[in-house]
Amino acid sequence: MTLKYAYYPGCSLNSTGVEYNQSAKAVAKHLGVQLEEIDDWNCCGASAAHNTSHLLSIALPARSLALSEKQGLDVAVPCAACFNRMKAAQVEVRESKEMKQTISEVIGMEYEAKYEVKPLLDVLVNDVGLDKIKEAVTRPLTGLKVASYYGCLLVRPPKTMCFDDVEDPMTMDNLVEALGGEPVDWSYKVECCGAGHSTAKPSVGIPMIRDILKNAKLNGANCILTACPLCFLNLDMRQKEASQLHNETYELPVFYFTQLMGLAIGYSAKELFINKHFVDPMKLLEEKDIFRHPDTRREKA
Amino acid sequence: MKRIGVFVCHCGSNIASVVDVKKVAEIAKEMPGVVYATDYQYMCSEPGQDVVVKAVKEHKLNRVVIASCSPRLHEPTFRKTLVNAGLNPYYLEMANLREHCSWVHSKDKEGATVKSIDLVRKAVAKVNKTVALFPGEIPVEKRCLVIGGGIAGMQTAIDVADMGYEVVVLEREATIGGKMAILDKTFPTMDCSACICTPKMVDASQHPNIKLYTLSELETVGGYVGNFDVTIRKKARYVDMVKCTGCGICENKCPKKVVSEFDYGMGKRPCIYKPFPQAVPNKPVIDAENCRMLTENKCGVCAKVCPTDAINFEDKDELVTERFGAIVMATGYELYNWKKDFGEYGYGKYPDVIDGLQFERLVNASGPTMGKIKRPSDGETPQDIVMIKCVGSRSTEKGKTYCSKICCMYSAKHATQIMEKNPDANVYIFYMDVRTPGKLYDEFYMRAKESYGANYIRGQVSKIYQEGKKLIVKGEDTLLGRPVEVKADMVILATAAAAVKDSAAIAQNVGFSYDKDGFFTEAHPKLRPIETNTAGVFLAGACQGPKDIPETVSQATAAAAKVGALFSKDKMATNPLISSVDESICSGCGLCIPVCPYKAIELITIKERVHGGEIERKVANVNEGLCQGCGPCTVACRSGAINLKGFTNQQILAEVDAACQ
Amino acid sequence: MFIISQAYFCIISTIYKTVFIIKKNNSFKHGRGGRMLEEFDISYQLNDSAPIKKQIEELSGEQVKKCYQCGKCTAGCPVAFAMDNPPRKILRLLQVGLAEEALESKSVWICATCETCYARCPRGVDIPRVMEAVRILAKKKGIVPEKNINYFNDLFLKSVKSNGRVHEMGLIVMYNLMSMQPFKDATLAPKLFLDGKISPFPHKVKNPLEIQRLFERVREKEEGGHI
Repeated sequence: MTLKYAYYPGCSLNSTGVEYNQSAKAVAKHLGVQLEEIDDWNCCGASAAHNTSHLLSIALPARSLALSEKQGLDVAVPCAACFNRMKAAQVEVRESKEMKQTISEVIGMEYEAKYEVKPLLDVLVNDVGLDKIKEAVTRPLTGLKVASYYGCLLVRPPKTMCFDDVEDPMTMDNLVEALGGEPVDWSYKVECCGAGHSTAKPSVGIPMIRDILKNAKLNGANCILTACPLCFLNLDMRQKEASQLHNETYELPVFYFTQLMGLAIGYSAKELFINKHFVDPMKLLEEKDIFRHPDTRREKA
Repeated sequence: MKRIGVFVCHCGSNIASVVDVKKVAEIAKEMPGVVYATDYQYMCSEPGQDVVVKAVKEHKLNRVVIASCSPRLHEPTFRKTLVNAGLNPYYLEMANLREHCSWVHSKDKEGATVKSIDLVRKAVAKVNKTVALFPGEIPVEKRCLVIGGGIAGMQTAIDVADMGYEVVVLEREATIGGKMAILDKTFPTMDCSACICTPKMVDASQHPNIKLYTLSELETVGGYVGNFDVTIRKKARYVDMVKCTGCGICENKCPKKVVSEFDYGMGKRPCIYKPFPQAVPNKPVIDAENCRMLTENKCGVCAKVCPTDAINFEDKDELVTERFGAIVMATGYELYNWKKDFGEYGYGKYPDVIDGLQFERLVNASGPTMGKIKRPSDGETPQDIVMIKCVGSRSTEKGKTYCSKICCMYSAKHATQIMEKNPDANVYIFYMDVRTPGKLYDEFYMRAKESYGANYIRGQVSKIYQEGKKLIVKGEDTLLGRPVEVKADMVILATAAAAVKDSAAIAQNVGFSYDKDGFFTEAHPKLRPIETNTAGVFLAGACQGPKDIPETVSQATAAAAKVGALFSKDKMATNPLISSVDESICSGCGLCIPVCPYKAIELITIKERVHGGEIERKVANVNEGLCQGCGPCTVACRSGAINLKGFTNQQILAEVDAACQ
Repeated sequence: MFIISQAYFCIISTIYKTVFIIKKNNSFKHGRGGRMLEEFDISYQLNDSAPIKKQIEELSGEQVKKCYQCGKCTAGCPVAFAMDNPPRKILRLLQVGLAEEALESKSVWICATCETCYARCPRGVDIPRVMEAVRILAKKKGIVPEKNINYFNDLFLKSVKSNGRVHEMGLIVMYNLMSMQPFKDATLAPKLFLDGKISPFPHKVKNPLEIQRLFERVREKEEGGHI
């Protein structure tokens, strides 16, 4: 059975989040999920839009959603921030005839809000099913102690996003288990990473990143899993800066969940763009023999 | 020949300042059937009532219309007036010129006057069709059923029994005692809970007029006030209550231990057990779901060691049906299940985050830790203890909207207990408010703060998580305006007090109403807090709403007084404003039966002489004790055979005609 | 070329810094100098700031009276440590008629809209929307205590307006210039560039004018009173 979705990559996936795009497409194809990119999609506005104008923050994602309605499919959104904005737009248009009318006027086309908006995490784990994923695994991720980091925007506000549990989500944790890894129970699953503050106000953003890394390490994780390009950027690119705050070392490679899926399925590091990370994951992966076939792995890996 | 008198009341200035009462009285004189009409300042006063009595005698009135306030206020008053005047009290009609007219149309005097005239015209038209009504009589069975064997149930039972009537106490647990048996100390006196509760338990069990049915459930309730037919399921105890001496050897020998419900998960108990050492009856019960003999046919050690051969694995549930004149609900409360909603506090995965009743078991000298306050995770003594109030209370999002009333006091109590046992401990209580509305309550709280040194921090806690051995508690001190963090050893949540989980089902079974939170609804929140809207069913204790022990005991005694009033007569007068069936019209279709919310209608078989022969056919029959006169049956009846006395179809239609004039 | 641009930036930055300091001293219209806890006439204040409060409540769709000041929002706010007025206090300022103080607060700019407060509030108050409304209103009135955060958002939206999609490299370069940190994150740039993660060429939608029109229509609606 083929699952088909309209695909909204978002601005980051073609730039700072290329690893996500690359690995998502590879894994989706392998698991029989067809992702059809929305033609002529535009930026969702992210935080900048809703901090400036509410109407703008609904209109920008609504335009892309309206375009996707031509495909007649539910929409899969990899970036958590984009998902949050698109879902907010969809819910507001659904709930208010006035807003629907206003939006149609502003974007210059009809938007019915007929179809569902889902995070890519939901699509690749829940719609595909953990059983099918388990079957596809050729290189179980044994030895990887993964702290699944969901961040804010996938699960909050719970009344609108309606995805997983707002305090203790388990989608990625269950995925890690299905891939043969060890999910770590830790306390910063849904704590904010600071989003744009790491750039615009580092005195606030960097300590937030450091607290997340610290808690992951404290609870025994040796890597972190994310589902958002900005969270990834903050935890990966800014890891060095965060560790310099209090002179600590973390050495916690960060992955997109699609990359770990790809690794477990059998794709190479290059194919998943793992070489593009700032915190080099190769050391950990090689230590745990992830690239070797399970039969050829060392006992002590 | 109807001779109607109309009396228009000024009600001081309540009616007269808006409605031209003199004009209304003048016009009333012209209405059909009216022979006398007047107005007066306060009809309900003694001279006012005298006006009515005199007029009835002088003008030989046989029907009375009083145009004044709402019948909900003074209908009983004016009915008595008519009795004094020598008339049947149901020859009265009231026109509400106050709540329905002057109070709501205060800005439109002309319109209000016109409306008043219409209202009086309606009342006159209705009273024209009024017939005399006489209350019925039903016998009263002078036995009381108390559902629930906690402090409320026991107090009611003792009080009713002392009045000389028989009482049955129905308790679903294997022992009476309720929540008081679980507590360690009680505020504000710091009395040992068991020490004040166990004497009551013994009184209840030994009183010659009280019968205890423990380990029993309510099966069905039929009947009506004075005559409730109740079926009770006495669940199998597997222990012969006559042979058993309560020696306890079986408990010691039982090999299988499971988590104890009585200890709220803080300890374990064997499968044959007494819930607590002072249980009444002081005999054990077998946990049928876990006992090896009952589930796997193995073991049976208890039967082997019992010196009186009291174990009976063949025991079965028993159903008994008894008749009672009154039922008192005393089912109590339980704590809201915070674990399913509060993810920010861990969803229950941190063993050292506990609720109030779990703490009571820890601090209780006969509890699983012998009264030593220990962390459930590793048994160590906690030094830094955090309490969080209003968990699941006062919230429109998670849990309950109401304030649970007892938590502020028991948190201060817990703080006192902790500091007494461990003076070096640090107690931090996060609160939004501190509510101490009782005698010596505020002094108790002040003592906890000042003499014992509990740290009260005004603010809520947003998250608790585990870091190593400690629990990190993140709150805010709103008085200071800064976020605050506590590294705690143990966290006690003051969770909402909720109705027992099947309270709605119980209420539906017995046949009275309950609110959105499952608490039982009283007849009037201020003036009738003991009765329900179902005659013969009374409320005592926390089942009506969260309350502390002094209030519970007061309410329990009040319920006993109500029961006593009911039982003081051999027969009870019933309200005549009920439905009645005209059997000659009734076809026996039975449509009225499912419509009745009080199950007051049933089909009976009558014999009739038809065409010289006798036939039997079914017709509807209204039970005078159960019928509350609500009226949907009269609407459901297609042939108009069932009519509501005092509000007959003919009377209503007459009112409509008068209003349409 | 490089030296000229360096010099240019130095001059600009000095001018900017001077202006900034002057503006900072004037920004506390309601600042009380040494009388931080001066008593306020609440009845006057409630009346005086009622129009602002009304605007904020309309913009956010929320009523500030719902809040009973429990503090759970502040307790869970990940950026409260850096705020001058934590979320609970912003609501309090609005409740007692000190809305201007709320508008001047840095807090509403530091808020990361993580929605933790909203998810846990026992009264279901949409605090992020209130913070947002205060921020939007403050910006309209020219009160911007956090310049860099403001630049970031403005530049982001500018990039969206001209391209339809954000040009990350362009955004970072312009941001660095405007915030007078030309060499911020310079060490990270080469790897990003070589890995193909940033590019000097923006990705665009087919017709960026469509997006510009979208922005204009939004502005028209807002000026016409649409919230």
